[in-house]
Amino acid sequence: MRLVVETLSGERGGETIFAGVSFALGAGEALLVTGPNGAGKTTLMRVIAGLLPAATGTIRFEGGGEAFPDVASALHFLGPVNAMKAALTVRENLEFWQSLAGPRHFQVCDAMDLVDLRRTADLPFGYLSTGQKRRIAIARLYLNYRPLWLLDEPTSGLDADSTAALAHFMREHLGDGGMIVASTHLPLGLDDAQTLEMGG
Amino acid sequence: MIALFLRDVKLGLRAGGGALVGILFFLAVIAVVPFGVGPDLNLLARIGPAILWIGALLAGLLGLDRLFQADREDGALDVLLVHAPGFNLALAVLVKCLAHWTAAILPLVVASPLLGLFMNMTPQGIGATALTLLVGTPAIAFIGAVGAAVAVALPRGGLLVSVVILPLVIPVLIFGVSAAYAAVNDPDPFLPPFLILAALTLFFAVIGPAAAALALHHGSD
Repeated sequence: MRLVVETLSGERGGETIFAGVSFALGAGEALLVTGPNGAGKTTLMRVIAGLLPAATGTIRFEGGGEAFPDVASALHFLGPVNAMKAALTVRENLEFWQSLAGPRHFQVCDAMDLVDLRRTADLPFGYLSTGQKRRIAIARLYLNYRPLWLLDEPTSGLDADSTAALAHFMREHLGDGGMIVASTHLPLGLDDAQTLEMGG
Repeated sequence: MIALFLRDVKLGLRAGGGALVGILFFLAVIAVVPFGVGPDLNLLARIGPAILWIGALLAGLLGLDRLFQADREDGALDVLLVHAPGFNLALAVLVKCLAHWTAAILPLVVASPLLGLFMNMTPQGIGATALTLLVGTPAIAFIGAVGAAVAVALPRGGLLVSVVILPLVIPVLIFGVSAAYAAVNDPDPFLPPFLILAALTLFFAVIGPAAAALALHHGSD
């Protein structure tokens, strides 16, 4: 499986944010997108996710077979907000996303165990702390298997232990032949990742 | 899809969902009319179907602006859009409209016979009005979805959504009220306006979600 991005440029409101971004990721490879605020990291992530149209360039997902014919079907998108409803319990939130995204991978309980938050299963999501909310959002990545993880500032709100746990999850995902594109300000603990410096 | 329907109904009925607010508003509008119009029972019975329809229409518009905005603010809309290819977005919008109707508008239809008593309507008139509301109000949700999708990025879009979709809802109101009147006033035929009302609902069930999905795709930033 390969993610190939060629001469991609993105714009917002007619203004070019970035241009000429090219990279290729194979199975087990990661790309860290870094750069100052406003460099276009989030815009790049949203263009790859298909949430914004690309001004020029192409994004292809090759070798996904029948299960993952295109980029959108192969990716999990973890945005800057957690995509969970404050009024629903943690379990209801996770069950909803699991039923939406195709074949199951982890059970909801197991995914909550993974981020060590099983005891919060029946609390409304809104009662959780910022870091706990983020960890539940990360648990969503495990509910359905998608080879490509698009993580936009995944560590925001996480403490040191949870950041280390996230690094462990990411290494494991790469070890299983997954791919990660992550935008970040902090080192994520992925040693042999490619980096893409935006802006500057 | 069923999961999306159940989630939206649950959210609509839980605290902050606003389903109860709609009923209270409907009740307030209908309860005020006899005071404003005066105690002329014949007049009240005559304007009853129209008042019930207008009340249900205005109450149905409440909360429509939150249809997609709530999902956009907490990031759920992004994830829905990402999953959209395998998960047709227009179908998702249709499901969300049906969930909104079930949680916020169906209670109005259920409450309308009781409120019909306030208007001194005959049992036949009450039944006909409730039936036309049942058939016609889904169109309000389908048309409203378009307005909600267009205004999804506007922080104070509530009134704008109502004003934008109101002209499109007028035909539904006209045929709903005329069918309800025809059931009471003998020479007028009931079936033609009622069937047009049903046709309007079916028409907007197709056009509305497709247009809203298009607007959501282009409105995502």
